[in-house]
Amino acid sequence: MRTDPGRGARGRGSDAAARLACSLLAALLAMVLAHQTARAAEEAADGEKAARFGADWRSWHANTDVTDMPSVQRGARNFVSYCLGCHGLKYERWSRLAEDLSIPPDLLQKDLLPPGDKTTDYILTAIPPKDAETWFGKTPPDLTLMARARGRNYLYQFLKTFYLDPSRQTGANNLRLPSTAMPYVLSELEGLKRAVFRDVPSQGEGGQPTHEQVFDHFEIIAPGRLSESEYDGFVRDTVNFLDYVSEPTQAARRALGVWVVLFLLVFTWLAWLVKREYWKDVH
Amino acid sequence: MAVKTATGAPAPLPAGGTGQPAKKGFWAWLNRRLPVDEFITTQMTGYLAPKNFNIWYFFGSLALAVLVLQLLSGIYLTMFYKVGEGTSFDSVEYIMREVDYGWLIRYLHSTGASAFFIVVYLHMYRALLYGSYRAPRELLWLIGMLTYLALMAEAFMGYVLPWGNMSFWGAQVIVNLFGTIPGIGPGLVEWIRGDYGIADATLDRFFALHVALIPLALLLLVVLHLTALHQVGSNNPDGIEIKEKIGPDGKPLDGIPFHPYYTVKDLFGIGVFGVLFAIVVFFVPTLGGLFLESPNFEPANPLSTPEHIAPVWYFTPYYAILRAVPDQRMGALLMLLAVSAFLFLPWLDRSRVKSIRYKGWMSRAALTLFTVSFIALGYLGLQPAEGLYVVLARIFTIIYFLFFILMPFYTWLEPVKPVPERVTYHAH
Amino acid sequence: MADHAVVADDEVDLSRRKFLTSATIATGAVGAAFAAVPFIESWNPSERARAEGVPVKLDLTKIDVGQMTVVVWRRSPIYVVRRTPDMVARIPGHDAELKDPASKYSDQPPYAQNTVRSRTEEFLVLVGTCTHLGCLPKQRFAQGELYPSWPGGFFCPCHGSRFDLAGRVFNGSPASVNLRVPPYSYPDPRTLLVGVDEKGSA
Repeated sequence: MRTDPGRGARGRGSDAAARLACSLLAALLAMVLAHQTARAAEEAADGEKAARFGADWRSWHANTDVTDMPSVQRGARNFVSYCLGCHGLKYERWSRLAEDLSIPPDLLQKDLLPPGDKTTDYILTAIPPKDAETWFGKTPPDLTLMARARGRNYLYQFLKTFYLDPSRQTGANNLRLPSTAMPYVLSELEGLKRAVFRDVPSQGEGGQPTHEQVFDHFEIIAPGRLSESEYDGFVRDTVNFLDYVSEPTQAARRALGVWVVLFLLVFTWLAWLVKREYWKDVH
Repeated sequence: MAVKTATGAPAPLPAGGTGQPAKKGFWAWLNRRLPVDEFITTQMTGYLAPKNFNIWYFFGSLALAVLVLQLLSGIYLTMFYKVGEGTSFDSVEYIMREVDYGWLIRYLHSTGASAFFIVVYLHMYRALLYGSYRAPRELLWLIGMLTYLALMAEAFMGYVLPWGNMSFWGAQVIVNLFGTIPGIGPGLVEWIRGDYGIADATLDRFFALHVALIPLALLLLVVLHLTALHQVGSNNPDGIEIKEKIGPDGKPLDGIPFHPYYTVKDLFGIGVFGVLFAIVVFFVPTLGGLFLESPNFEPANPLSTPEHIAPVWYFTPYYAILRAVPDQRMGALLMLLAVSAFLFLPWLDRSRVKSIRYKGWMSRAALTLFTVSFIALGYLGLQPAEGLYVVLARIFTIIYFLFFILMPFYTWLEPVKPVPERVTYHAH
Repeated sequence: MADHAVVADDEVDLSRRKFLTSATIATGAVGAAFAAVPFIESWNPSERARAEGVPVKLDLTKIDVGQMTVVVWRRSPIYVVRRTPDMVARIPGHDAELKDPASKYSDQPPYAQNTVRSRTEEFLVLVGTCTHLGCLPKQRFAQGELYPSWPGGFFCPCHGSRFDLAGRVFNGSPASVNLRVPPYSYPDPRTLLVGVDEKGSA
């Protein structure tokens, strides 16, 4: 005998589901709150830093749009001019690049394709890897998948947080990737800047109070060929291009997806109608 | 054309021979040689399932659908993938860029792997809710657990194949766990690896196991699972046996033919699942690094460990338990116990009723706490093992085990609600 | 049996049921057909295969007179023969011994449907794959090399097919059509480009 006439089958069935949903929400909420509380203190201190150039570098976002074809095209040009000297794109063919970015064959031949390369060749860098390792201490990594491996924001921040550092062999350092082996390649465009650090008290190993150098802000030493907003556009275009090259099929993927989801919605609707029709039999 | 019996199922076709229209003749010819009709009438139209299945009952058929998807997409990947230290990673990019629709086949398989675990976890949860592991379904539950273990092995090995940096380091960490086994440990690890570190030999053998051996095992286990199910009949959300209320025709009063009622319902379920699945495949295949982890877009590098080594999300609850214990050997042992604890459920649950609907408040509280713990541990397994996270992981590990350890007591002691005589169905 | 779970109602609309079921099955079949497309298309030659199948250039001045060079284009051997005037003279005169002397049933571009089966008399460009079952025919250019009346040409060692100095198949051969001619052109008099002709890139 049912003792609870007020709860029908619906109440029952969704009872367990509701329980699960509540548990899920509870767990999620607990995690998020803990996380946010930990960061709130950090961010409160960060708030007043925004006025100093570069102080908020960790929150810089690339905000690129891979469907912006002119941007990706400019990024391709930027890459060939400034990056291809050391970094390869070994999974991408020139012909694929030309096709996806609508680059006419004569333009490809004249401005982009290195002499001697066929259009079907992969985009390889000319620098011999062993020499590069000798000169820089590390072979410059291939960049085809870097946007997927590290993310667009990482790349954006990396290209915008180089600074002069006389203590290093390359004469430069980077906030996003400290002790990077890469030199201050884009200083010609961006200009030169140095990093100002400040002393903050901290915990040493073993718990005794000590102090450490924390980045405070950038100071511009010399301007480059591009203005600040022009250089920002340059970096964003380049990151956009790297986003494209890390997954050239992404445009086709999204386009096809619209049709597939629409079709499946129609099919599911029909299946629902059939189900409801047959289940009229059931009591 | 078809005559309907009182149960609404079409009557079996006559066993015709000569003088019949061609189709019936062929049907008769076939049925003398293969039990096609018999299969349909006993396993499909003649298999009576309880009429009160709810949303939790979709996940079995969904698991089967995902299995078929993984087999199809996986076999196709094998046509283009080139196993080997020097070629695996490149061949995956070849599939993504140069094989027509290769990207789609790859995403189907990677999303399918995660979808498999979502579906299987929800499928297992149904059993926890409604006591589907209780007698006479203990063996059904055990076969299911074996399938789950085989699935975990399959997923683990599959993840190594792209030979990305997470593939390499994930393999390194998990294979090293076997080293904690007393005595034979270190030798065993070297034997599994086939080399002094994770290497080409490891990759090659994982490929063979992932493509051939374990899929065969999975297929066999699924067949056994369905056979065991049909032998005892399905459970239902009320946890009462429909076979105890038989009508004059010898069939359960509250059973309905699986075909067409549940085939039609499951088709709808597959449709809904398909929509969600397609949204992920086509719009967010990496799901923010949960389904395809970022470090795996860099080739395997034995000299460079990724910042956070974390297994794919479906292993993270157990990974959190492993890390919660400061001692490596004890951690590995506890992780093993955490997975195998499920095997004992049929005998730990001593409640007088099967379904959570009629169990007492203690069981409900225990299940809720267990659910929260499992999810929390899953989240914690993705985080670095430091500070607050470690403390929480330990707390939730304790709750996780208490769910099993205390079960014989709270299920026995708690007052339960009276179960209904009959299951009920309300149109919705 | 009012108590039974399934009752075939009097109001069961069988035709509606049939219609909905058919509509769903039809939609499902269409979906399945579309779903099959990526799997079928994935078997097409990949970007790599297409890239490796680009036209092949050959410097014709490197071939000695009377000699044959083999290059690979799209995984097929391409025979390039620099015929002497004597070899060219031995092409006509035995049409009765040929299965397809005018190349009516054989596979060649329009500019190769002539007696010499090539653009110019000097150079013969053929796909070096026997039209029987695919072996590589061997060169037997000398008059009388196989038997006294042999005008010169190719002999396939697998099953004995014979072809003349224009690649045309002899009667009595297991092969039934002449050796295929690929698309080709001369961007300049010294260079042969296999894979490109008036129709563009093959």
